[in-house]
Amino acid sequence: MDWLRTHGHDILLIAALLVLAGALGLFLRLGRHSGGYVSVSVHGETVAELPLDRDASLPIETEGGHNLLIVEDGAARMESADCPDLLCVKMGAVRWTGESIVCLPHQVVVTVENGPDGGFDAAAR
Amino acid sequence: MKASKIARYGLLAALALALSYAESLLPSPGVPGVKLGLPNLVVVFALYRLGAADAWALSLARVLLASALFGNGVSLAYSLAGAALSLCVMCLLKRTGKFSETGVSVAGGVAHNAGQILVAALLLETTRLAWYLPVLCVSGTVAGILIGVVSALLVKRVPAFKP
Repeated sequence: MDWLRTHGHDILLIAALLVLAGALGLFLRLGRHSGGYVSVSVHGETVAELPLDRDASLPIETEGGHNLLIVEDGAARMESADCPDLLCVKMGAVRWTGESIVCLPHQVVVTVENGPDGGFDAAAR
Repeated sequence: MKASKIARYGLLAALALALSYAESLLPSPGVPGVKLGLPNLVVVFALYRLGAADAWALSLARVLLASALFGNGVSLAYSLAGAALSLCVMCLLKRTGKFSETGVSVAGGVAHNAGQILVAALLLETTRLAWYLPVLCVSGTVAGILIGVVSALLVKRVPAFKP
């Protein structure tokens, strides 16, 4: 088995990375909770917090340009933006605690934070 | 430096830059950082054919030129972190002598993505980017396999650029 001798370590490496990704994904998925509110930050500074249980829209103005955040049916999504790649819009909706939408060109991060029914705070109470 | 050598470096740097541009034309799957890493074809080829120092020089030239032409200061930081971490890991893995181009390229792909998440976490001052790690680990692995297999063929069959 010439092929196995030259590629044995490659296969092991690939398997190890996939197992690592799977374990990390499982860990994050098991630990997820419905979020309570989204926190919006620009350049690392929090500029707004919106509850997820109330529909809303928030225009975000930055030095780089503008984004429009929509909260609907317990989830938040970037409706539109004038950044070049539009990745933040394509990322879709977030609803679980810890999930986030990132617009790198505008340095905007939208993060879902703990709701009253989940997370460490509720467990400790 | 001989003129023929300068011409060869110029050719490889231009090829890497063209592949950067070609990749930016591909549709994005919606998760930032998920990509093929086409320029890595040139870097892996250079790493095996020309050596570590030349691979570093080509990679650096590619990142600086691509950022100047298609990006901005922020994208330069991401690209630089990804490319540097990726090349560090690839050089180390190649030196062990236990891996083929595929294993080296897979480790490079995953390291590239990890480097970019690290810089994003530092720049955006958030630790919440952990959600991207599993996705980018898988995408880096898959992209690394494809790039590695093609690079191995190139290293074996391209007649030019013999050291």
